[in-house]
Amino acid sequence: MKRARNIAAGVLILIFAASLLAGFVAPAPYAAQFRDLVSAPASRRFWLGTDELGRDRWSRLLYGTRISLLLAPAAAMLATFLAVVIGGVAGYAGGWCDRVIRRVIDLFLSLPWLFLFLIVRSLLPLDATPLTSVIVTFTIMGLVGWAPAARIIRAGAQSLRNSDLVLHARACGCHGLRLVLVHIAPGLKPVIFAQFWIAIPTFILGEASLGLIGLGVAEPLPSWGNLLRELANPQSVMSNPWILAPLAVLVIVVSCFQLLLPEREFVS
Amino acid sequence: MRIRHIARHLGAFLLTTLIAGLLGATLVRFGPGFETDEQQLDPRLNIQSLQALRESHASERRLPAFYAHYLVRMATGDFGVSRSLDRPVGELLSERAPVTLRLMGAGIAGGWLLGLALALPAVWFRAPLFDLASTALSGVFLCVPSAVLALVLFFANGPVRFAIALLIFPKVFRYARNLLANAYTQPHVLAARARGLSARSVFLRHVAPWAAPQLLALAGVSLGVAFGAAIPIEVLCDFPGLGQLAWKAALARDLPVLVGLTILIAAFTQLTNAASDLAIAACTREQA
Repeated sequence: MKRARNIAAGVLILIFAASLLAGFVAPAPYAAQFRDLVSAPASRRFWLGTDELGRDRWSRLLYGTRISLLLAPAAAMLATFLAVVIGGVAGYAGGWCDRVIRRVIDLFLSLPWLFLFLIVRSLLPLDATPLTSVIVTFTIMGLVGWAPAARIIRAGAQSLRNSDLVLHARACGCHGLRLVLVHIAPGLKPVIFAQFWIAIPTFILGEASLGLIGLGVAEPLPSWGNLLRELANPQSVMSNPWILAPLAVLVIVVSCFQLLLPEREFVS
Repeated sequence: MRIRHIARHLGAFLLTTLIAGLLGATLVRFGPGFETDEQQLDPRLNIQSLQALRESHASERRLPAFYAHYLVRMATGDFGVSRSLDRPVGELLSERAPVTLRLMGAGIAGGWLLGLALALPAVWFRAPLFDLASTALSGVFLCVPSAVLALVLFFANGPVRFAIALLIFPKVFRYARNLLANAYTQPHVLAARARGLSARSVFLRHVAPWAAPQLLALAGVSLGVAFGAAIPIEVLCDFPGLGQLAWKAALARDLPVLVGLTILIAAFTQLTNAASDLAIAACTREQA
């Protein structure tokens, strides 16, 4: 298992490094269109061929990987931060505060987050610039995806609040922020880290689903979601199997994240 | 005690639906296009008529009155009229709900059957090769977006409903396998086996009742997962269900539809969670 985890970490680092160096590794800019080579098959010049606008798929895959791999962790960080604040306050404060927050968490959990995303997205302009769409997509993901983690962090904070360790600290005169920072936060660290790690593949898959239905990152910026839209045309998949490359990379990356998940006791 | 339990669930259900309703009303109140009326663009209207039209919306400007009016309308089943489809939202929801329910029902049933069909042999026979193969299979399906699974089945002329099943089965398989493996190490199960009970009796009398409450809890969660997966599947495979309606409403910024959907989904999920909680309580009581 340890070996598999090491291999997963290695593969992730390799893919991440290649995407970060996309500016040097990619043979063409992601938006460059070779109009005389539209829908070209894979060749020495275009490793994965070109799309219907003549854009190099390999270059777009590298840039798209960079966007998905950089912004999914950023969204996961935002969601985890919100979960820590909301869940931590509920678990530590208890009483009516806990009851109210628990109800809000229940509400968010009762609505699938993809649906929540659709609601929030509908309030924003649909003709946003590509850069805005990237920021909006991943920010909304972070803003609506905090509830599952908040529930677990709340339970963790509650059990720590009632633990002997905290009781002892209270008896020694430690209160307020110091108690939270010195005695409760370190105990929650593994849970918070696990929740952050779980959120990354969830957001990667979420962005892919959104991209497929046209509500993710706007063109011409590439992301795994909008690169997968080519799969909607079965004829082109049959004749150009390299269209499946983004799906293969997505599956490999998400598998690596799943393999690297921390111990189960911190996950649920 | 049982009545108190049911009353608590009912209270939670009403409260959550009320919060969902208030959130929905907030979306409508502060969403773009609030207070705009196509009639105001009619060049035949004079200033007095336009003023009268604006005054008809005056009550909606006061927040408490707006919320009260909105919630009363909602309680009577009036969710308003869809802006993009120009039809009552209630009618749209009742028309499309059966499609989504069928899709989700088939997906959840298929996912659970497949998950349990793989988890039970993995625990019973403890064959490392079978365990490895089923874990790898479930791992692959955990890493593929539901929409891609649906597209593959759609183009292969396969049952698209099974895409939800393929999404749910890895979660069920992993959870059930770990849970059942844990159940077989419980002292009361070991004692039953030591006394010579048949494998069937051990499973039916001691393992299944022990694992049932936690599996029921997972069944409640499956619903949310299934609806989340139904959205892209319905959009890409052209199923006229609630997921497709939500997508169309989001693209058209049709807030009355989105609000109606929010309340419907929140209420439905709360109801199924409450049902699963009550079933868990019944199981636990029976064991005690």
